[in-house]
Amino acid sequence: MAHAEKATEFNKDEAKVNWHDKALWYVREKRDKSAHGVIGWEHLRDVASGIKANVLSNLDNYLIEFEKNAQNNGIKVHWASDAKEHNEIVSKILADNNAKKVVKSKSMLTEECHLNPHLEAQGIEVVDTDLGEYIVQIAKETPSHIVLPAIHKTKEEVDELFQEHLGTEPSGGNPEYLTNEARKHLRNKFLNADAAITGVNFAIAETGGIVVCTNEGNADMGSHLANVHIASMGIEKIIPKEKNLGVFLRLLARSATGQPITTYSSHFNKPAKGKEMHIVIVDNGRTEQLSREDFRASLHCIRCGACMNTCPIYRRSGGHSYDATIPGPIGSILSPGKDLTKHSSLPFASTLCGSCSNVCPVKINIHEQLYKWRQVIVKDVKQPVVKKSILKVAGGVLANRKLYNFSGRMARFMLKYAPRFIVYSKLNAWGKARDLPEVKGQNFDQWYKVKRKK
Amino acid sequence: MKVGLFIPCYVNQLYPQVAIATLELLEKLNVDVYYPSTQTCCGQPLGNSGYEDDSKGACQLFVENFKEYDYIVGPSGSCIYHVKKHFDILEQTPDVIKVRNNAYELCEFITKILGKTDLGAKFPHKVGLHKSCHGLRGLHLGSCSERMDPHFSTEENLLNAVEGLELMSLNRKDECCGFGGTFSVFEEAISVKMGKDRIQDHIDSDVEVITGADHSCLMHLEGLINRQKKPLKVMHIAEILNKSI
Repeated sequence: MAHAEKATEFNKDEAKVNWHDKALWYVREKRDKSAHGVIGWEHLRDVASGIKANVLSNLDNYLIEFEKNAQNNGIKVHWASDAKEHNEIVSKILADNNAKKVVKSKSMLTEECHLNPHLEAQGIEVVDTDLGEYIVQIAKETPSHIVLPAIHKTKEEVDELFQEHLGTEPSGGNPEYLTNEARKHLRNKFLNADAAITGVNFAIAETGGIVVCTNEGNADMGSHLANVHIASMGIEKIIPKEKNLGVFLRLLARSATGQPITTYSSHFNKPAKGKEMHIVIVDNGRTEQLSREDFRASLHCIRCGACMNTCPIYRRSGGHSYDATIPGPIGSILSPGKDLTKHSSLPFASTLCGSCSNVCPVKINIHEQLYKWRQVIVKDVKQPVVKKSILKVAGGVLANRKLYNFSGRMARFMLKYAPRFIVYSKLNAWGKARDLPEVKGQNFDQWYKVKRKK
Repeated sequence: MKVGLFIPCYVNQLYPQVAIATLELLEKLNVDVYYPSTQTCCGQPLGNSGYEDDSKGACQLFVENFKEYDYIVGPSGSCIYHVKKHFDILEQTPDVIKVRNNAYELCEFITKILGKTDLGAKFPHKVGLHKSCHGLRGLHLGSCSERMDPHFSTEENLLNAVEGLELMSLNRKDECCGFGGTFSVFEEAISVKMGKDRIQDHIDSDVEVITGADHSCLMHLEGLINRQKKPLKVMHIAEILNKSI
């Protein structure tokens, strides 16, 4: 289903739309306030964008440097060209260690690779330990936001879900009670896990270490307790040097939630004694995106979610309306690169207002890339005949002053004299909730001819 | 200084009063202004819909119409933005480059090129300014709420100089109204919801008249206001700046 249809569905409950919009706008405002506190914020964005551009231009060298340093530290490094290979590598590591119980901390990459169903099919228990991810997991849904995965759920809905799955008492949606209950439940899972899977926020070429940012400390809990730690990362997660973290950590937390820093910025440099640490480096379409000049900068993304919080469409259509692992503006420029036909409606789910590009901490020109994808899509994906013909004809009319005059007169005549039931028919999406402009006696051309003669 | 007046296609056909106000305002400011009579459209509706290639004829015609002028001035930030930003699809001849470099949105032309802010207008009403996205984030007519730059606003400067005008402060300073060209039709539900929310912000802020430098956004908002019979008037900023009762 296209974005517009899902968005229309979401908008049937206006009270919920208002709530969703306000919840995310609150995060956007928190971000503004926190960014205002940093002298040189715009400079910091420039620097971050520059570092990412450098990384993408020298990705091969940095990746090899990273692998070498990680291996020297005793980390086992694996390479996966796609999701399937990633999942197979993870399965193999788990099988080699006879691991049946896995705790995961938030990783959009494992979502992208659909790792959970893959492991579950092999009889492995996978528990998402980030509270928001845990909520969507037991609800059998996907995250609707990359930082706030359960933002589409009200606390009352979570209450009901916990009653069903954790046997909690009805609490009227008491966040403290519900969080505590989840914590108790998850603690058991942590203590009994055979392996921990985490994502990677930054992989440092210079040291071969990785950094994972969480607010709940669940990446640490998982990886410190289990014997095996598997960290999955996209190839674009590389940063050259440890000191670059000073740029990215400051930008990431403020952009994501308005915090000065995430509660935990956990550095993993080598396996603990007697334990194993694996890093799976995944391509899954990224090199192809890298090869597209117009869309390359989409790989700058550090997954802060700020573009979602600011997007007036995302806030009013919900993350699931995008039907993609990464929703919102950034998802709308990444997803078409993976499956152009499936995601062809996403670049049109925007007014091109440009707010996303302005909040982006690594300065991805998101709205410009949306415009560029549109040009690609009308050429490569079959378009609705009516839309296509109207626009093609319009192209001819607007290039020809006589046709333009004629069309203008016709349109004005129709607007003025056609009966209301024809003008406001089902075919007129504009007129469903909006009146059409009232037509004046003359257009400006006619007025000008009479009033000004130059 | 010869100025070519660019009137966007929908303004020409549907909002002649906006075009007239723009022309009169420029004349009052002693600008030598001409209206090339064979102009049509900047091609933006096509480009934004993905049919940029089909808009080349319209873009080329635009250049033909305006190449002889020192400045091209139009009462619409988004059309001007399109000329400056997206005429890269044409071969970059000296004419095309000249047109792109010298195209100005009306408010920016008045403040930056003419160096004027007080135009002697009077308008004793509570006004809410809708900062259209392409003017704001595309042409940088003002600072954007997302960026940590010092505050400025071309339109606010002009409106604050209007006698009797009270510029009201909004809760969300520069959120999109949801028009977005063909977006308004193909994403009808979201477009309408965004528009309704913008209007509510103006109502909550005691606004009597919504204004802005882009009439396409205003057309969308006006359509909603009229349908819902909300107590708000909609006027293009040129109409307010041209008032001298």
